[in-house]
Parts: sequence; structure tokens; C-alpha cells
Amino acid sequence: MLETNLLWLIPGLPLLGAVLSGLLGKPLQRRFGKKAISAVSVLLPWASFGVAAWCFIQLPEGGSLHDRLWTWIAIGPLEVDLAFAMDPLSAMMALAVSLVGSLIHVYSIGYMADDEGYWRYFSFLNLFMFSMLLLVLGDNLLLMFVGWEGVGLCSYLLIGFWYRDLVNARAGMKAFVVNRIGDFGFLVGLLLLFWSLGGEWMDGAYRVNGGAFSLNFRDLPDLVAAAADKQLWGVPVLTLAGIFLFIGACGKSAQIPLYVWLPDAMAGPTPVSALIHAATMVTAGVYMVARMNFLYVHSPTAMTVVALVGAVTALFAATIGVFQYDIKKVLAYSTVSQLGYMFIGVGVGAFWAGSYHLLTHAFFKACLFLCAGSVIMAMHHEQDMRKMGGLGKTMPITRWTYWYACVAISGFPIASGFFSKDEILFQAYNAGSLMVPGWIIWLLGFVAAGLTAFYMWRSYFMTFTGPAVSVGGHEPQEQRPVITVVLGALAVGAFAMSFIGIPALWLDSPPQLEHFLAPVFSAAEGLERVFAPGAGHGVEWGLMGASIGIALLGLAFAWWLYRGRKSELPARLMAAMPRAHKLVYNKYYVDEIYDTTAVRGFLGLSRLSGWFDSKVIDGLVNLCGAAARGFAWIDGAIDRYAVDGAVNGLAWLVTRAGGKLRRVQTGRLTTYLAGLVAGVLIFVILTRFLLDVYA
Amino acid sequence: MIHVGLQHFLVVAALLFCLGLTCVLVRRNAVAILIGIELILNAAGLNLIAFARFGGDLLSGTVFVVFLIVLAAAEAVVGLALIIAVHRRLRDIDLERSDELRG
Repeated sequence: MLETNLLWLIPGLPLLGAVLSGLLGKPLQRRFGKKAISAVSVLLPWASFGVAAWCFIQLPEGGSLHDRLWTWIAIGPLEVDLAFAMDPLSAMMALAVSLVGSLIHVYSIGYMADDEGYWRYFSFLNLFMFSMLLLVLGDNLLLMFVGWEGVGLCSYLLIGFWYRDLVNARAGMKAFVVNRIGDFGFLVGLLLLFWSLGGEWMDGAYRVNGGAFSLNFRDLPDLVAAAADKQLWGVPVLTLAGIFLFIGACGKSAQIPLYVWLPDAMAGPTPVSALIHAATMVTAGVYMVARMNFLYVHSPTAMTVVALVGAVTALFAATIGVFQYDIKKVLAYSTVSQLGYMFIGVGVGAFWAGSYHLLTHAFFKACLFLCAGSVIMAMHHEQDMRKMGGLGKTMPITRWTYWYACVAISGFPIASGFFSKDEILFQAYNAGSLMVPGWIIWLLGFVAAGLTAFYMWRSYFMTFTGPAVSVGGHEPQEQRPVITVVLGALAVGAFAMSFIGIPALWLDSPPQLEHFLAPVFSAAEGLERVFAPGAGHGVEWGLMGASIGIALLGLAFAWWLYRGRKSELPARLMAAMPRAHKLVYNKYYVDEIYDTTAVRGFLGLSRLSGWFDSKVIDGLVNLCGAAARGFAWIDGAIDRYAVDGAVNGLAWLVTRAGGKLRRVQTGRLTTYLAGLVAGVLIFVILTRFLLDVYA
Repeated sequence: MIHVGLQHFLVVAALLFCLGLTCVLVRRNAVAILIGIELILNAAGLNLIAFARFGGDLLSGTVFVVFLIVLAAAEAVVGLALIIAVHRRLRDIDLERSDELRG
């Protein structure tokens, strides 16, 4: 572990940008134009990427960098620092987030050029970068949670960026609420860990086991191992914690049953969809599971849940993607599906493979989304693929980058997506520590891979081939260099990522990324596998061939149905199976089911609570009010009649007595003198005869 | 020849006091009342000097009487000044009529 004082700059610089353009953005934009905003908000993420790269170079082999700012929370034996740490996994994430994020900032200069809320957009985007980097680089679970909530907030702000449109505002709200459900799971998992690791309540006092207690990622593995046999309600507490944390991941990373917000999140600006809802934020759940790998390896149940949910989501979302016409919706369901792959990876114990897919996906999916954004701009904000076609001729850069990203996502061995997805599928087949046989997971993923190839190429053919369309009387134009350069850079990135994951099967050495990440995932080495390391080459070759085969099948099917947009077959096929088509086209009516059960249920519950509140609680409150008023009336009466009566009576008495006694004051000196003499006489008589003082 | 003793002085002083008191109580003229007060004071002074001559310490009794005379002079000054002020205001020194301070 190496101390440094640079790490805080990585999230700090985007935060500075967010604050600057958030507080000063409006006057700056009015005074100096949008260039001023771009200068601040685009350069700072690049600076952040520079610092991340510098720290990455300094990263010791197999070690980590550590940057402690100050003690954040100190309660008894628990001390939580505001500290950042960079180990291989977070280095990979920080580099990917800051690089892809910075590229998308550049792209946004072009995409948002005509928007009034330019400064607001960049402020939110910078804030997102800050939160995401905080999530990635935070040294402890609590700091990670802060970033976790921060990215959720930014997601909400950016989905509803065009808030004047009710649909967007609702989509933002939906994302936020669904994320909150997941976050609740995360929080429960966190508290379970806190409870089970830190100590126990005994005799009314909180005792720390052995005096060691920490939420730091470096200390957690040992603490978790010590708690491996603890039980709660007859269930191993690590299983519970793992599953609850995974619920949080489900919310953030859009897995069944909490995936419904992601397709709606496409209401936001397209660069946001690319950055937040494809490349970075939605992978936070995968990152978290990979980060907590030492916990999951103790619990086959939790791992099985993760892998199964991932596999089912991958297939389920892929089937929906097949029938979507909105280009962004296709990509959204594709994202859900690819996230499912990542969860297969981390669920079957191949944490590095899941992380690798996360990395490659960040590049090719960001590229796909940005190409879609380019197309949407060229089509004057038309997103329906049925109204597109023939764009390949006029938009060559967009076309070929999209083409390459399709190659990557559908898994052909000339792009990075192939290596990551294939490693995941093989490791799923290879998994021996789950409660279901590995080949079931593999099969689900395998079918989903075919569907992925089909719907991605379908979107490619529908958009870029066939007769050219015209928009507003002229042909769609290729975009400005600020946009196309970013597309090219991401495509190059998607290609370059291949080299760090070439499997051992092809070379003599294990993949570089696996070697690089191995120190973080050392806990996974003990997991049971079907094949011993180095064995099973035949099966691996076979699975690889099958993957390429099904990807080709998907491509061929898409080619046959949609190439050139001449075929009548898709319509006839749909007409042949109207029910099935309608079911899938309407996304299995999941939104409607949620609407009638969960949403209606909650609304009903809230109405019931409202009724209870307005009738029963308010009744009680009003009763108390009435009683208080009654008491006050009695009190007032006592005050008015008894107390005031006594006071007024006394005053009346004094007035009357004064009226009588004033006659004594005649004002004549002789009267007073007579009184004086009489007084002296009385005094003398009294003292002489009655008191006898002279005796 | 009648021997003049303490009793004679006391009787004269008592008479003087009664005259003064009567004057104060029955007269309405402010100056007359002032004269009555002077009589009362001098009755007391006569008593003091008589007691001093016949019974006690001659020196202190004499000193008392000297103070009394000075006091009477000061009192007469203040009293006459008041009477002049009352006269200026009311054009009269009849104390029956100066009753503005009645309750």
C-alpha cells in the first residue's frame, strides 16, 4: 500500500467543474457564450482522467494507492475515513469512467449546442462524474454508498433534464423511485454487515469482537471470513447481506425485477443515455458485487441468485429488444441484457470476466448510443427506426463506427466484446460452486447471445441500409467533427480493449487483465470449478465455436429479414404469431403488471393511509384541540370572573374609600393645626393614662 | 416679698403656651398665627431656662435657648417669606381662604 495525495483530485476536479458551472454557469453563459462553460466543464474531466492515468502509472505491482483526507465519522471503535483507494479494480474503473466520461463530455458540446440549459447540463454531468468516481475510488462501503446515491440523483436530474415535458419528468421520477427500492436493499445489506461484523448486542451493550472494526475494503475480507458461520434467522448472515446488496445492484444495474426504469430513462439527452445509462452508472452494481467478491465467495446461495438473475435478465431483455422500433429502446434493452452478462460473470465467480465485460461494454455501448445520437440529430429527433434507412451513404463515420460496435456486441472475434462475453460464458459453463449446474446459466446466456446479434444487426440494417430517406426535404447530414471524432475514439477503444483480454487458449499466458486484477479477486481462487485450471481446452474451443456460430446465425437472420429493408418477411412472421408478437412487443406487459400491482397497491395504501390520517389521526388531533379549547374556556372564565373580579373589586373599594376620606384634606392650615394639637393631646393622654410610660 | 421659684416660671410659661396655642388655632391672619408660634417657642424657651436655673446644667440650658432664639429668627424669615408669597398670589393673608390644596 502506497500513500499518495493525488487521488482526491480525481473526483475533486469534476466536482469543481460542477460547482463552477452550477453556480456561475448562467451568468457565464450569458456573458461569454457556451464556450466558457465548455472550457470549464469539459477540461476538468480530462484533467481528472490525466490524474487517474498518472496514479495508474504509479500503482505498485499487485498493490494499491491510498489517500486519506480526514476522519469522517468516529463512533466508539468505528472510524470511517474520508479516504480514497486505488487498487487494480478501481484503477480500471476510474480510467474507464474518466476516459469514456470525458469523451462524452466532448460529444455533448456538439449534441447540446443549441440547448438553453447548456450550463445546467454540464453541471449535472460533472456532478455525475464526481459521484461515479467517488463510488469507484471510495475507500470504504459508506463512501461508496454516498457515491451510489449521488449517481442516482444525477441520473434523476439528467433523465428529467427537459423537465417541461411531462413524460421526461415521469421517467426521471420512475428511475429515482425504482432506484430507491434498490438502495433500500443496499442499505439493509450494509447494516447487516455492520451488525454481523462489528460485534454483538450483549447485556444491553454493544461489544466489539476482538476490538477490530472497520468498513474499509482492505480490512473487510478478514472480518467477513471471521463471520462466515454467523446465522440470522437460520440463514447465514453473509448470504443475507449478499442478497440484500445484490438487490441494491439490481436497482442500480437494471436487473429483473427492477429493470423497468432503464428503458424509460432514454427520455434524457442521448449522451446521458450513453454515459450514465449504458457505460458507467448502471455498471455500479456489477462493480459493487466484484468489489465485495470476498463476501460472495462465502455464499453459494447468493452467488447462484446473482448468476441466475443475470442470466434470466440477459435472455428476457434480449427478447424484448428484438421487437422494439425506437433505436434508443433497442439499445436500452440491449444494455439490460449485457448487464445480465456481467452479473453472470461475477455470479459464477469469474469476477475478472464480469469486470472485463463491464470495461468493453463501456466502450462499445457508449459508441452505439452516441452513434444513435448522431442518427437522431440527423433525423431531426426522430427515433423510430421504421422511418430511417439508407443513412449509411450520407453518414459514413457514424455508419462504420456503429457497424464496428455491432461487431463487438454480437461477439465476433475481431472486437473486444467477443473476448469478454466468451470468457463469461465459458466460466459459467465451468462454474462448480453454484447450486444449479453451470450449463443452465451458460445456455440462457448462449441463447441471449444469438438474440443480441439478431437485434443489433436488425437495428443496423434498418437504420443504415435500404432506400435513402429525406428529412425536411434534404438528406440527413454527417455530424460535425466534435461528434465523429468521439465516435471514432470509442470504436478504437472497443478494439484496443481486445488486447488485454485475449484468452490463455490463444496465447501461452493468462489474459493481462486477469493477471492485473488477480490481487483483488484472490478470494475467488478457492472456488470449485468443473475443469482444473489449464484443462478443458476442448470444451472451451467448442463453446467458442458455438458462440461464433450463434452470432453468425443471428447476423444471417437479420440480414435475411432486414437487409436493404426489401423483405416482407418480418411483417408476415409477425402476422403469423400475433399473440406472441403482441406480448413481446409490449414488453411482456411488465410495466402494466407493476402498475396494477405495485404502483396501484402503493397508491391504494397511500390512499388508505391518507384516509386514516384525515379521519382517525386528524380526528384525534381535533379532539385534543377541542378539549384544549374547553379547558381554555374554563380557565378564561376563572380569570375573567374570579381573578379580574378580585382585582377590580379591590380597586373599587379603594376608590370609594378615597372618595370618603378626601374630605379630611380641607386645605386649611387651621384644620391641620387643630388636628396636630388633637393628635398630640391624644398621644399624651394615651401614653400618660393607658400605657403608663412615665412610670 | 414673694419668693419667685420654679413653679412661677412654669405657670407663666404654660400661660404663654396656651396663649400662643389659642392664637394659632383661632386667628385667621397668617401673621397672627406666626406670632402665636413665636409665643409657643418662647414658652418652651422659658421652660428650658427655668429648668436650667433651678435644677440642672445652666450652660447647656442657656445654649439651648440661644439656639431656640436663632431658630425662631430663621423660622420668622421663612414664615414671612411664605406669607408674602401667599399674599402676592391671593392679595390676602387670610388662611381660611387659601385652601387650594384641599382634597
